[in-house]
Formats: sequence, structure tokens, C-alpha cells
Amino acid sequence: MREVIDRLRRVLPAGAVLAGAEELKPYECDALMLYRQMPLAVALPGDEAQVASVLRTCHESGIPVIARGAGTGLSGGATPMPGAVLMSLARLNRIISLDPLARTARVQPGVRNLAISEAAAPHGLYYAPDPSSQIACTIGGNVAENSGGVHCLKYGLTVHNLLALRVVTIEGELLEIGASALDAPGYDLLALITGSEGLLAVITEVTVRLIPRPQCARVVLAAFDSLAKAGQAVADVIAAGIIPAGLELMDRPTIAAVEPFVRAGYPLDAEAILLCESDGTAHEVEEEILRIEAVMQRAGSTECRISRDEAERLRFWAGRKAAFPAMGAVSPDYYCMDGSIPRQRLAAVLQAIRAMEGKYGLRCTNVFHAGDGNLHPLILFDSNVPDEVARAEAFGGEILELCVREGGSITGEHGVGIEKINQMCVQFGSAELETFHAVKRAFDERGLLNPGKAVPTLHRCAEFGRLHVRGGQLPHAELPRF
Amino acid sequence: MIDLPSLQERIRAAAEARRPLCIRAGGSKDFYGGPLTGEPLDVAELSGISDYEPTELVVTAKAGTRLAELERMLAAHGQMLAFEPPRFGGRATVGGAVASGLSGPRRAYCGSLRDYVLGVEMIDGRGRRLRFGGRVIKNVAGFDVSRLTAGSLGTLGVLTEITLKTVPRPRAECTLTFALDQPAALEVMTLWATRALPLSGTAWHDGTLHVRLSGADAAIRAARQNLGGELMAGADEYWDEVREQRLGFLLPAQALWRVSLPARSPQLATEGRMLLEWGGALRWVPGPLDGGALQTLAARLGGHAMLYRGPAKPPEGPFQPLSPAMLALHRRMKAVFDPYGICNRDRLYPGL
Repeated sequence: MREVIDRLRRVLPAGAVLAGAEELKPYECDALMLYRQMPLAVALPGDEAQVASVLRTCHESGIPVIARGAGTGLSGGATPMPGAVLMSLARLNRIISLDPLARTARVQPGVRNLAISEAAAPHGLYYAPDPSSQIACTIGGNVAENSGGVHCLKYGLTVHNLLALRVVTIEGELLEIGASALDAPGYDLLALITGSEGLLAVITEVTVRLIPRPQCARVVLAAFDSLAKAGQAVADVIAAGIIPAGLELMDRPTIAAVEPFVRAGYPLDAEAILLCESDGTAHEVEEEILRIEAVMQRAGSTECRISRDEAERLRFWAGRKAAFPAMGAVSPDYYCMDGSIPRQRLAAVLQAIRAMEGKYGLRCTNVFHAGDGNLHPLILFDSNVPDEVARAEAFGGEILELCVREGGSITGEHGVGIEKINQMCVQFGSAELETFHAVKRAFDERGLLNPGKAVPTLHRCAEFGRLHVRGGQLPHAELPRF
Repeated sequence: MIDLPSLQERIRAAAEARRPLCIRAGGSKDFYGGPLTGEPLDVAELSGISDYEPTELVVTAKAGTRLAELERMLAAHGQMLAFEPPRFGGRATVGGAVASGLSGPRRAYCGSLRDYVLGVEMIDGRGRRLRFGGRVIKNVAGFDVSRLTAGSLGTLGVLTEITLKTVPRPRAECTLTFALDQPAALEVMTLWATRALPLSGTAWHDGTLHVRLSGADAAIRAARQNLGGELMAGADEYWDEVREQRLGFLLPAQALWRVSLPARSPQLATEGRMLLEWGGALRWVPGPLDGGALQTLAARLGGHAMLYRGPAKPPEGPFQPLSPAMLALHRRMKAVFDPYGICNRDRLYPGL
């Protein structure tokens, strides 16, 4: 197995293969730090040809490869496995070209999300998807995870903002996916590869769509004395024909935790606050913001403030953006979930999560993308207390299964990775899972790219024992029950 | 009445006999794609809106539901399909719209059909019922097979039910016209797309550029002042004609080429009249012409060309040929869903 290290050293420049324990340490996990593993080696290719060489070498040696961007993923998509090569795309970090008139940028996968918008800013353009990790996360990782962000209700997810990819298969073959035109002949493999969590191919170049930056933005901060009313207000905004640029909810415990941090002036007696942003031309925003305020008031908002200037808008948002770090000060550890549900089920699901707090003896706070029904419950725990990790995981699992029952999904934007792989057995039946495995084999016959992630084996689902029973038919009837 | 178990049974029997099936509902797009191969499998009866909750901006409809019916229901709730799929005289269905993946004038500014597909239910070429995606806007669990079916022309299986994201209808809309030759029209369409303007459609032909604006009253007023131009009367009918390639000079009996190009591509050196859409990224070129040369030119510019409709279907298929590596991958993908090659064989590429 170790001979692959020598073979990699022959195809990569000096210093581009790490194999010492000290050197490997920084790569033992991504942002899902509950899971740590040491890879066999880390490869740091510097260009597309080197990426292809690494893949070809590993393919010939039958060694698994895990691609990694900045390691900010929350579902363990880049968690190494023993005996595998972890390939960091960090050195492919060039913006190849930016065409302001065509409103596109061609970038290498290791370019940071925010760096694209910064490069586009002088032309009045930006790259819309803005995951909260955007100062650090890379575009390659965004494509692999189909990342979202605060503004995706109006501007879409990563998949809606891409034109083309260059990818290399495990066999080292280069494929051009999509086109600089608005469509491409054949199957929509661009959609298939986006969000495929590194299981199908390794991304070596991304062509993104840039859009004109809105002239102005303002935000309405609306307080509510119950979560149910806040949840209803979210549905009311949409029902009024408004697509806000962002619509976020924070519950009382989150407000209490962030206010000392950011001094945003949040009403501390509110059970929930909504932040609802409007962007566009000054006239447009003025018109829309008044409509939003009226909807909030009709929905029973106890207090409604409109940002008067850019400084106040940023202050209103500061608490939302600081929510996760603030929780770090309240609790030694927290576990961030990512289920999505139909908006009309918001209030019911939040109530159910409250009830689960008692069952697991752990607190759970909520701050999330209410506008698109994407929950981010934060389960607070202390990994030094025996069995709290296990309880937190069980709590999280039950929340995800509730999301599926309510017609939603186990993951809105963080991906399945290793974290939610058991819950995949709840969301999909065996025929779909078999299809996913077959799609994987169509790209990667030997299953060497990021194995064990995103799609569970049927055997694993049988062991997990939470089978998705549809129409009374027991799936995996061919497998023994444990 | 057709039901899913009997449909599954027919597909299983066809798979066993290796007997190709030609999936059809409204038949409005028989002209599109490769030859219609095999025994007709009529799914028009799989019709009806299964679920529509306006506050979710989500609608689920059976594949055979007519687009016109779906759009009427959405309009009654102040919503619409943002991608403006062609309705082809009212016969087009939701399933056919997704299978063909065709989007209308709004596409360049609001996204394509596949951008709005949230989930599908389908029967694959082995007769298995499969469900991908769902009814929520954000969902990254599993490979995105639902969007893969968009534009697959039924070659991956029979779509039975589809969930789409809807959008509110714009509060105001108007169309402005400008007398411009083609190079000047290309230039202003490119330039305006870089500005924060409420554009929702652009079409140029015969020396006139048509620009549709949609959005808040204030945004439309400001954009009109900014852009100038003449206000067009009867604009809704005009955009319907553009949406379905019914403008007078695009004669139905003649060949019509559809050329998709990157933004900022230059004027094509072809003879005769043509229709430009999508800020210049989509060009409709009528008349008999050398398709191979057009495809070579489109590829050189970073795009592709297809024979959208014509008096005869070419044996090599109407679509731009794929590279050998991509064709091989397409064959492997086809085999995942339809290993016996019975679903709409040859419709996308010969033998696929």
C-alpha cells in the first residue's frame, strides 16, 4: 500500500506528497470534527494534469481518493479513511479569467467563494451563493456539496449559478461538462455532478455565472411572541408574492446568546425574530420593504424595525452571522443539523424539537433559513460528559427523520457525507439507493472516489434497521433482519 | 384508466421482450429530437395536479397534465412557471416539458426548466418505480437524478409525476422596442445584462429589438426612463409567438436550427432572417443550410447547434455530436436506467 506514496512522489513535484504523521494531522477531519481519521498520504497537485496523474496512479493501485477543498464541510464529506489518499485541491487556486460583459468567471476549484465576488466587484458583479463559510470555503467544495447560503431563496443554490465544469474521472480522463452557453447537448451531467460529494469525479475548473450587484438592500427585523406566529409570518410573506433576498429566523435562546456578543439591539423578550431582507433598486426596495412590514404586522409581530442605513442593516445581520460562534461560548460543543421541510410545517417541527429536548436531556437552539424551510437546529452538548455525544447524535437523527416524515429532506445544503448516511435509508427506498450506486459505477466502476460517503449500502441500511417502508412493501426483502 | 402498476407491467414486459417503447402524451413535440422508435406508450391519462400549496411555491403534477391547465391554476393564485416552456397549441404536457427540457424567453434572466425541477417520480426501463428529489426547495440528499431527467427525452424512463418550483407573477410588466441592426442589438443586450435591470426577455429580428421588463412598478418605471424605446402594444401575444417559434418568418415547413452560444458571441455569418433571444445566447436560424458547418462553428464559439425542426430527421440525429468520452458516459448512464434500451431509443442520440 505504501508503494503508492513512492509512485505519487514520482508524478508530483517535490513537497506535494505528505506522508508523515505530523504533516497528515491537519487533514484528519473537516468541519465535522466528531470524526477523525488519518489518511495514508496527502497529495497536493498544482494543476489539472497533476490531478489526473494522482487519480490515474491511485486507480492503477486500487487506492481510494478523497478530494478536499478548504475542509469547511459540515457533513464529513472530506473525512479521510485509513489507506486512502486525500487529495487537496488547495493549490489550484487561480482565477483563470473573468469576463464582465459575458458575466462569467472561470476559476480553479481551490479559489475561495468570496474571492470570486471580490474579483467581480469592480465590475458591479458578484457570485450569488454565499454559504456562511464563504471567506474560507472553496468553489470546488461548493460544487461538490451544492452549497446554499442566506440568499438562495431568491438567487438559487450553487447548481443554479454554474455554467460549466472540467472534471477528471478516477481513470484520469478529462470531461467537459456543461458549456459557456446556457445549455449543452446530451444529459444534464452538470446537475448530476453538482452535489455529488466527490463520488463521481474530481472538479478541476468551474465556470460560474456572475450577476449584477443590487443597488441597495434593507432589512426588516420583526419580533414575535411565539414561534408559531413567526412561522406563519414566513408563509404569509411568500403568499403575498414576495421573494425576499433573505428570510432568517432566530429563536429566543439564540437571541439571548448572540445579543451580548454583537449588541445588535435584538428584543430579548421575543420568542422569535425574523430578519427579512429586500434588495434591488432603491425604488423597488422601498416599495417591497413596506409590503413586508405590513405582512409582519398582520401576522402579529410585536415589534417591527426597518434598517435605516447600511450600518444598521449590517448590525441586524451581525447576530445571525455570529450565531454559531456565540453558541460556542454558551456550550462546550454543538452539533449543527441541516434538515429541510415544507415552510408550512415550520411551527409544528419546531414544537416537536422542543419536546425532544426533554427526551434527550439536551438543549437545542434554532437559527435558520426560514424562507426556504432549511432548518439548522443546534444541539448543545459537552463531549466530556459520558454519553452526551451519543445522545446528541441520536437527537440529531430523530430530527432528520422527523423532517423526512414532514415531506422534507435530511439535508438542505450541508450534504450527507458520513454524518447523515444512516438517515439516507429513511429518505430513500432500496430501488433509489441501488440506482445511486449504479450511477456511481457509471463514473467510478471500482468505487475508489470518496467511498463510504453519501450513499449507504443496502446492507448498512438493513443493519441500521430504519428502513423506508413505502406502500406497505418491505424494502430489502432479500436481506436478513438483525 | 391507466394506473402505475399496469404501466410498470407493460414496461417490464417490453423489457423482457427487448421491445422499444415510444413514450407520448400530447404528441406536441413529435417534431423534436431523433426518430420516434417503438410501440407508442401513451401516458396522457396520467393527468392531474396532485398537490399545490401556493405558500410553498411548489406544485406537483402528473406527467400527462397539460401545461396550459397547470399554468391556469398557477395564474389563479398569482403564480407562474418562471421558465416559460412552450405549450405548442395547448397540447404540451408537464412530462413532455421536462423530458425535452425546453425553456422560453425568460430563461436567460430567470433560469431554465431544470433549475425549477424539485423532484420526479418515474418508472425506469426495468419497470421499477423510483422517486428522486422531493417537494422542498433545498434538498441535497442523493444524486440529483430529478434534474438529470430534464432534457433526457424519455431515454432514462417514463416520468410519471413532477414537482416544480413556482414563482409569483411580476406585479408589472411592459415591453419596449428599439430599431437596431443585429450588431447593435447584440451589443446593447450584452451591456444591459450587466446592469441591475428587471429584464425578463429579449428578442431581436428584422431590425427590431424587443425588451421585456418585469417586476415591481417602481423598478419598471425607473428602467423605462433609463432605457428609452417605444412601448409595445399586444406584447403578451408577441412573447407567446416567440415562446413557440411561431413568428411569421419561421415557416413550419422549413428547417429551423437552434444555436446556443456563450454570451458575447459575434453575429453568425449566415444568410437570411433570424431570431435572436436570451441576450444573443440563443439564435434561431431558418432555412436549409449546412448543419455540419453550423455545428462546427457553434462548437468553435463554445456552444452547440441542433436541427430543432425540419422536413426530415437526419440519420445522425438532430443534436450536436458528443465527444467519444462523453458519448461513452452517456451510454453508461443510459444503461443505469434502461439497460435493455427500450425507452425512447434513438430519440436523443442514435442507439442511446
